[in-house]
Amino acid sequence: MLKTYKTITEAAGPLVVVGGVENIKYEEMVEIEMQDGQIKRGRVLEANETTAIIQVFEDIRGLNLKGSKAKFLAKTMKLGVSSDMVGRIFDGAGKPKDGGPEIIAEKYLDVNGSPINPYSREYPNDFIQTGISTIDGLNTLVRGQKLPIFSAAGLPHAMVASQIARQAKVLTKNEKGEVEKFSVVFGAMGITFEEAQFFIDEFKKTGALEKAVVFINLASDPVVERITLPRIALTAAEFLAFEKDMQVLVVLTDMTNYCEALREVSAARKEVPGRRGYPGYLYTDLATIYERAGRIKNKKGSITQIPILTMPEDDITHPIPDLSGYITEGQILLSRDLHKKNIYPPIDVLPSLSRLKDKGIGDKKTREDHSGVLNQLFAFYARGREVRELALILGESALTDVDKKYLKFADDFEQKFVNQNYTEDRTIQQTLDLGWELIGILPKEEMKRLKEEHINKYLMSSSPKGEERV
Amino acid sequence: MAEEKTGKIIKVAGPLVVANGLSEAQMYEVVKVGNEKIIGEVIRIKNNDVYIQVYEETSGIGPGEPVYLTGNPLTVELGPGLISNIYDGIQRPLKDLAKKSGEFIARGIECLALDANKKWTLTPLKKQGDEIEAGDILGEVKETELLTHKIMAPPVFNKGTITSIAPKGDYTVSEVIAEIKDENGKKIEVCLSHKWPIRNARPIAKKLTPSLGLITGQRVIDMFFPIAKGGAGCVPGPFGSGKTVVQHQLAKWSDADVIIFVGCGERGNEMTDLLMEFPELNDPKTGRPLMERTVLVANTSNMPVAAREASVYTGITIAEYFRDMGYSVVLLADSTSRWAEALREISGRLEEMPGDEGYPAYLGSRTAAFYERAGYTQCLGQDKREGFLTVVGAVSPPGGDLSEPVTQNTLRVTKVFWALDASLAYKRHFPAINWLNSYSLYEDNLKEFFDKQGGENFTEFRKKAMAILQKEAELQEIVRLVGIEALSQKDQFLLEIARIIREDFLHQNAFTDVDSFTSLKKQYLMVKTIVDIFIKGEQAISQGKLAKDILTNSLKEKVSRMKLIKEEEIEQFVLLNKEIEQIV
Repeated sequence: MLKTYKTITEAAGPLVVVGGVENIKYEEMVEIEMQDGQIKRGRVLEANETTAIIQVFEDIRGLNLKGSKAKFLAKTMKLGVSSDMVGRIFDGAGKPKDGGPEIIAEKYLDVNGSPINPYSREYPNDFIQTGISTIDGLNTLVRGQKLPIFSAAGLPHAMVASQIARQAKVLTKNEKGEVEKFSVVFGAMGITFEEAQFFIDEFKKTGALEKAVVFINLASDPVVERITLPRIALTAAEFLAFEKDMQVLVVLTDMTNYCEALREVSAARKEVPGRRGYPGYLYTDLATIYERAGRIKNKKGSITQIPILTMPEDDITHPIPDLSGYITEGQILLSRDLHKKNIYPPIDVLPSLSRLKDKGIGDKKTREDHSGVLNQLFAFYARGREVRELALILGESALTDVDKKYLKFADDFEQKFVNQNYTEDRTIQQTLDLGWELIGILPKEEMKRLKEEHINKYLMSSSPKGEERV
Repeated sequence: MAEEKTGKIIKVAGPLVVANGLSEAQMYEVVKVGNEKIIGEVIRIKNNDVYIQVYEETSGIGPGEPVYLTGNPLTVELGPGLISNIYDGIQRPLKDLAKKSGEFIARGIECLALDANKKWTLTPLKKQGDEIEAGDILGEVKETELLTHKIMAPPVFNKGTITSIAPKGDYTVSEVIAEIKDENGKKIEVCLSHKWPIRNARPIAKKLTPSLGLITGQRVIDMFFPIAKGGAGCVPGPFGSGKTVVQHQLAKWSDADVIIFVGCGERGNEMTDLLMEFPELNDPKTGRPLMERTVLVANTSNMPVAAREASVYTGITIAEYFRDMGYSVVLLADSTSRWAEALREISGRLEEMPGDEGYPAYLGSRTAAFYERAGYTQCLGQDKREGFLTVVGAVSPPGGDLSEPVTQNTLRVTKVFWALDASLAYKRHFPAINWLNSYSLYEDNLKEFFDKQGGENFTEFRKKAMAILQKEAELQEIVRLVGIEALSQKDQFLLEIARIIREDFLHQNAFTDVDSFTSLKKQYLMVKTIVDIFIKGEQAISQGKLAKDILTNSLKEKVSRMKLIKEEEIEQFVLLNKEIEQIV
């Protein structure tokens, strides 16, 4: 027997308080019927003996306390999932948004998911080739990783994410002997119509939409729905990956909007705020989203996550990028300086990082020299950037000969290695050969991070002026 | 009966549940919450209301459901079978959880911490009628090739007599293997395992001042910022600066008998990494898999927050237990910031008055109490054996800002500070321990140890190398203003040497086999070689030689390949030193 109460005693922002309730459960789903018959969904945020605080996912403008009713549904939030979700577009509550029919659920899954037992996890170690040199070569993505893009207003993160989604593939062949492509689960939280349309158009152009599941909450849609959207998207992703054996790439944008929504609810509840007004549990909350990536032993499917977040004021120490960075397995950082130099993708490799790269590269995965090339390029570029700063103060002519070469390296690295076309899909071999070509700018005794045998094998073959070197 | 002591839930808000009707509830008593009987702990009692932090997800639980008292505080079970296991924050083996609930962790599952059916071979070391004290070793169980598990008289009495003891044979953890009559005539039954409340430190005879170094094989640590066996250290650093790699390296290479690794609120894949890697890595001393000396406690960031608060205590209680056997134990906690955040979350739900940044006012005292459980101790027992418990906690300061409360409270109670630096990490200089900010207050205590173990004048070479690095930092300022050419030959030479120390000594690659671990002997030879070049070079310069003629490319290359000299071919340093002799 579902109970309906007419005792709504308070409405504040996204929160509604119902009095006189009995036998309610924490996180139980609730339907608020407004006086004009509109139904708004919500869930119990705090269950007391006689009162319930409810977080409403939709806009409650026009709600009148007297005329409205709250119906408790005696179930927690579940998403009906099915293989038919592929190719469809939904809203933040999992309702179809593309005009198509409702999904006939194969089963209902709790949107909060359950933590994957670390004992049952398979360590992610399959190299994913994205065709972008700065990622493949230096911040390698592997299958089952969560690697966010830290961006800022006005930077082309949407292009980078869609390029990854389009080009990503695992090079090892499956038992049918084919290179597996990824199915995309796309979750948009509070982004503009145009940005959302950009992704959908891109997916359409490449035919990816037929294999994608899209969840969209636009900037004009209810704020609180942004809190459930990533959970719904990941529930769908888990179903496809771990029950339907699919390789799923989850793109979530923009996590900053998600966190703002969380802050809004927290403030409405008058909770003690942590840094910058964000709730103290922001870390735990973000973890319940990001940690839902990975691989599981004896399952063929996987979830790879690419969340996008925009750093307010380009500040990486802001709580959102900061806490994300502590949970995710690295980050791809976009730089305004590179963007202004017209370099695409404007990935600043120095503060970017992929924590799982070491297990995904090397002999049999990519190429034996990968690790050395990677470390050497990082070291040279870091030194090159230092020299560039020095040259700004002292003038280029005051540099030593080696430093001049470092300066040339830094410039060439940005122009040739970082810079590439939006449609350019470089193989890992091309990326590494390009790396050797650039390494060749510097004399051999500077190459401290490379193995002798690799220098002999690759430097000579890739550098046209190799024979001149000592 | 437990069923009689039942209360009723009146409020659920996240991990906090409030119940009433539990007049017999005690602080920190374990309770079972709701129809599913999930585990919680009493953290506040106010009139009739009992506040409970729940160690599992609370969604779907509501007011009116029952709460059962158990009468016991939160305990861990200590006995053979701990080693090689991976536990969650409240000591449930993850392997058994996976068997019972599949790949995802379901709620309300009970698992025994130690395998109840497995038989262990006990060799008794005492006999009937022996006078004993608490902590005395009654027998031994060979738990793994690397570790002999000592069965101790539990510290619940002072003196007593063994009235019976089992003969050599195979026993399960819960079989009684000995009976003791204490001075008051009370009978105490001893099994292979016993329980201990996690929030109480295990008793010891006395604490001693740490005087032995913990060799970690990490050059920047052993050479410049050593930690003592039984010491406490912290590794703060922003994300991506390599905290976890430092902790993993310590877990792999530390010169210890037992390693307890607590993954507190961190990534699931990192725990999986340890689980996959440790059985394959071998202990440098014995050649046995590292897993045979390791216990993992994992509460990943998406697992329930209250269990995260408990996980560090679970870890340290297990660590103390092995210390009591007379072993050198290293506890690594990654990351204590997540533990502090769990405290903050619970405190917020209790509506306590917040201190700095929303953290509870008792953050400082809790942090101090945790690190004080480390130490070099004389254990209980008549044999006066000594044990070591070294604690290294990672701290994750938001935005890398060390002025935040968790870092500051930790710094007050730890004596070693390895400051991880984002700018070093960006340059891929790992371990990214900043040599200018870090410190070790054990340097003086350990001087004798290192001079003896490392080599002649070990500490002098350390000081010299550090002085070069300090001087470099000063000179860099000048170079930034006027360029390197404006410096004297002597200073230019020093800069080159400093660069060699940084790139060829401090930089250490955790992912290549030769470089991952460096013995103290080799570290000494490396630093000695560099300092020798420096001293001889300086003399040559004062006689008119140019810096670039001394540090020829071939010499630089030889020095840079120094770290690749294998431990078993350490005599190659003799050749290298001969070449250096010829410079002058």
